[in-house]
Amino acid sequence: MSDLLVLLIPVLPLIAALVNGLLGHRYAPALAARLAVGAVGLSFLCAIAILTGVLSDPTPREVIAYAWIVGGALHVNLGFLIDPLTTVMLMVVTGVGLLIHVYSIGYMQGEDGMTRFFVYMNLFMVSMLLLVMGNNFLVLFIGWEGVGLCSYLLIGYYFDKVSAAKAATKAFVVNRIGDAGFLIAIFLMFVNFHTLDYLEIFARASELSTSMATAIALCLLVGAVGKSAQIPLYTWLPDAMEGPTPVSALIHAATMVTAGVYMVVRSHTVYDMAPVALATLGMIGGLTALYAATIGLVQNDIKRVLAYSTVSQLGYMFLACGVGAYIAAVFHLITHAFFKALLFLSAGAVIHSLAGEQDIRRMGGLSRKIPLTHAVFLIGVLAIAGIPPLAGFWSKDEIMVHAFAHHHYGLFLMAALGVLLTSFYMFRLTYLTFYGPSRVAPDVEHHIHESPPVMTVPLVILAGLSVFGGLLGAPPAHVFPGFLASVAMPAGAVSPVEDVGAAGIVLLVVSVGIALVGWGLAHYLYAVRPGMADDWSERYAGAYRLLLNKYHVDELYDAMVVEPTKRLGQLWDWIDRRIIDRVVMGIGRGTNAGGAGATWTEKHVIYGGLNVVGYASHCVAWSWRKLQTGLVNHYAAVIVIGLVLLVHVLLVWVTSTSVL
Amino acid sequence: MLEELPSGFPLLSVILFLPLLGAVALWPQRDADLMKQSALGVAGLELALSAILLYRFIPESAAMQFSERLNWIPALGISYHLAVDGISVLFVPLSAFITVLVLLYSWDAVRDNIKPYLMSLLALETTIMGIFVSIDLILFFVFWELMLVPSYFLIKLWGVGESREDAALKYVLYTLLGSVFMLVGFALLSLNYHHVRDAYSFDFLELLTVPVPVGDQLIIFWLIFMGLAFKAPMFPFHSWLPDALVQGPIGMSVVLAGIKLGTYGFLRFSFPLLPEASTNATVVMLVMGLALAAIVWGAIVAIIQSDFRRLLVFSSISHLGFVVLGLFSLNFQGVQGGLLQMINLGFTTAGLFFFAGFLYDRLGHTQVERCGGLASKMPWLATVLLIIGMASIGLPGTNGFIGEFLVLLGAFQAHWVYGVIAVSGVIFAAAYFLWYYERAIFGPLGAMVPRVLPDLTPRESGIAVALCVMIFWIGLYPSPFLRTMNGSVQEVVDRLSRGSVANHGQARLARSVPPGPAEKDD
Repeated sequence: MSDLLVLLIPVLPLIAALVNGLLGHRYAPALAARLAVGAVGLSFLCAIAILTGVLSDPTPREVIAYAWIVGGALHVNLGFLIDPLTTVMLMVVTGVGLLIHVYSIGYMQGEDGMTRFFVYMNLFMVSMLLLVMGNNFLVLFIGWEGVGLCSYLLIGYYFDKVSAAKAATKAFVVNRIGDAGFLIAIFLMFVNFHTLDYLEIFARASELSTSMATAIALCLLVGAVGKSAQIPLYTWLPDAMEGPTPVSALIHAATMVTAGVYMVVRSHTVYDMAPVALATLGMIGGLTALYAATIGLVQNDIKRVLAYSTVSQLGYMFLACGVGAYIAAVFHLITHAFFKALLFLSAGAVIHSLAGEQDIRRMGGLSRKIPLTHAVFLIGVLAIAGIPPLAGFWSKDEIMVHAFAHHHYGLFLMAALGVLLTSFYMFRLTYLTFYGPSRVAPDVEHHIHESPPVMTVPLVILAGLSVFGGLLGAPPAHVFPGFLASVAMPAGAVSPVEDVGAAGIVLLVVSVGIALVGWGLAHYLYAVRPGMADDWSERYAGAYRLLLNKYHVDELYDAMVVEPTKRLGQLWDWIDRRIIDRVVMGIGRGTNAGGAGATWTEKHVIYGGLNVVGYASHCVAWSWRKLQTGLVNHYAAVIVIGLVLLVHVLLVWVTSTSVL
Repeated sequence: MLEELPSGFPLLSVILFLPLLGAVALWPQRDADLMKQSALGVAGLELALSAILLYRFIPESAAMQFSERLNWIPALGISYHLAVDGISVLFVPLSAFITVLVLLYSWDAVRDNIKPYLMSLLALETTIMGIFVSIDLILFFVFWELMLVPSYFLIKLWGVGESREDAALKYVLYTLLGSVFMLVGFALLSLNYHHVRDAYSFDFLELLTVPVPVGDQLIIFWLIFMGLAFKAPMFPFHSWLPDALVQGPIGMSVVLAGIKLGTYGFLRFSFPLLPEASTNATVVMLVMGLALAAIVWGAIVAIIQSDFRRLLVFSSISHLGFVVLGLFSLNFQGVQGGLLQMINLGFTTAGLFFFAGFLYDRLGHTQVERCGGLASKMPWLATVLLIIGMASIGLPGTNGFIGEFLVLLGAFQAHWVYGVIAVSGVIFAAAYFLWYYERAIFGPLGAMVPRVLPDLTPRESGIAVALCVMIFWIGLYPSPFLRTMNGSVQEVVDRLSRGSVANHGQARLARSVPPGPAEKDD
């Protein structure tokens, strides 16, 4: 019975996607939306049922759908693994997914192709569920590339916009670079274990040498870096904001981009054996957290600020993995899913109420006009900034405590500085959007309106989760770490919160203090002394523009990778047309003849061949005219006799020379 | 010796000659519609017969099944010997399937001289079937050469490009050039047989029973290699392909891109008959080098193509690199992946050529810069094109993934460097296809795009759906296909590791001529 429940979770959205995709043009988009949302809702219910089961018995359980690829030593099932980690991911994906689906009904109202939107969203759910539920790396990989495809389709949802089309291609291709790394990791694992099943690989992980474990972990990391938009493959994520806002919330904040973190935590047994890979992971995470935050300081597009903040927060999760705090990483993944989905969706509500405006320079003073949206957005901001007792505070604090306790002071400093920057740019965003004088275009001004309940109800629920979600992992109960301990605890680790003792309280105070400083600074610059920020941006124009232009990394990649590849393609194309085309015939003749025989070969073989063809074509033309007299047989006979003669000649030739 | 299961009913002969008979039967007809219907009827019957063949085929077996044999030229040991095993059996329904789709496609697309067109197409089907079901080397060679005749006329008379006549001649000349070498290779095999058994034979199963000295194997391998490399075409022997596929009619491009004759030859003849040469370190390194070059070269050149059909040509060269890479990994996954990928390309690359045809029929060209925003005019076409394109670049869930994954896994097991280089092809593939899609299908409606563009017609939709069914079937539930291959793939891999009979000392060769210099490679 519960096996069926497990299978139903991905199958329900799949059915909805198929029905809507194949028959959706026959009925109203509203019905398609209801079907799509209903399917995700049912999946959510199934997931709750699974959760209750796992809570009472956390032993990992495999459910095999069918044997997928079988041949030789390779045996890969389409199978699922239900354990606490999967269950946690299931709750996030189906729960947050459901809320965003509901919200989309309102947000996408009246859009062309709403049915298409829900088909893609459901397909995304299917892929994401395969990704988190698979019992082996290949099923993870189906989901991995599947979410990439859906992300491509949804970024390119407004496909007639050039920028959207470009962003879609970029997202897919950059992700493919990561996927290539992931594939290599899969091959390495198969070569070592002759299986791809999680349980067997992790049980036998100790068979790996340190260098092999490091190689596997680093290749997996390449995949994770691509999917989770870390340095150096992060550039696709900000551009991905071309998609509709619910897509940004679901795919590019709450679920898909966290797949890299999930994958690292899932395979932490391998990482635990590879200190070099862990250090790299932590360093990438720390750098990305800081780096993306600096870009976020000056961006003017409300969604782009949130996008860089997502990159930065994902950096925190990587950092956590890097110091071995896998549970803290998953904890932050969950709270981030709550507050970042909330932020994106309320930003969507702002954009919705302003008829599509996304530039914060043309917002301001919205707190009075859309108070509910303002309230929930503010909750999201407090949560991400790390103000207690909201969700983000607990998870971020957990990460910092681990970094400190494991003596990764460099990473700790990066994380702390990141908190300052995060708090600053999030409050900057808030002040520019909701407070101060209105800079809204006059024609938009008069119809600013609060969103319909179908959008605000999910917002309120997410706001509630952003406030209370952190209590799951808050001391002293540590409900959440206890639940995950069996699957995500690094070998031999003890919870470091007790370790650091009093220092923990100090760290807690420090991190809150830093966040408050960031808030204060933003308040001063954008509320107390408006105009001062502009002065600064002029005084430090060089630095400001460097940040505004995102360190010119896109241009750098274009110049270093994209353009050279195209030029190489042009060069090779030229060689193909001008050189290979002409040389091949020459080489062919040369090798065939070999010096003195050249003329002979040319005369007898090449021209002979030509003659055969010429004669054959003559025959065909002729036989078409006279087919009824049975000359097709004659023609065939001629060809056959010709060939037999040719064979004979060659036999004689070969035996008379000393080739053998 | 391989087990041979004779057939009570000459099913293979019927499959072999039915299209030819159909072509002859078209001759007296005058009504164009009736001709199309009869041609389609014949092709449909052929497809049904091949489906029966596949259904009756015993999977997980290495045996040569449905065998038929008649003497032809006994003095030279040449016989009319047909049979299929796990390596060839899937190509029979694949070729029949593609022919049906090509006929459906040509229904409206080909207007001039419809009768000889249909006849050539059916005759072509017979020759292709002949290539896959013959296990006598000369019989195989006859079909291999005969195939050129209808191909030549199809390209020359119904081609869509300006220089179609040159393209046709180039295709024929290149293939002929290669096949001369191949014929010499076959003759040497037969001569070797004569040394041992004092009789000539071109029978594949008989040739398997005699050992071939390693030095000779190398010579024969390269001779046969030339024939296969030109036909496949492998990099750098591919320069006929852009001309033939861009200048020729879409139907011919589909057949040439979708039915992988050249690489089939490696698996059919080179590996079993010349195991020591095929596993020779130098040979493997050279061929793998060419395969990797094809993968990377083809994909990078495809990126910058402005013509969709030319893009597909280079993508096809790149994909063929994957096939060869898999085969010469010489392990189970690689060989199976290479074989499956050959079948897959019949649905993906061939499918993309159909779509090039759909675009050509509507726009009169396939130039990317004169397209743009086609998705808004033809959403259904855009959707299916994306599905087939994604299968072509190996997205999981589609057939392309299973093939590429097995190939890459095999290559990685052969040497990790092969695997790592080949994986880059996966990235470039995404780049060339999606960049094309972004510029032609996405984006604002192009200025030069006609205002009225019909979406797929029911007939075109039929082609699209048929392709999608196969793509997802193999992608999601490949077991029936893999099971069909398993036995024969295992046999080939075993033979490659076992070597030809010579190494087991079952028969020592009496040599009249001194051994070639290459023999010291052993």
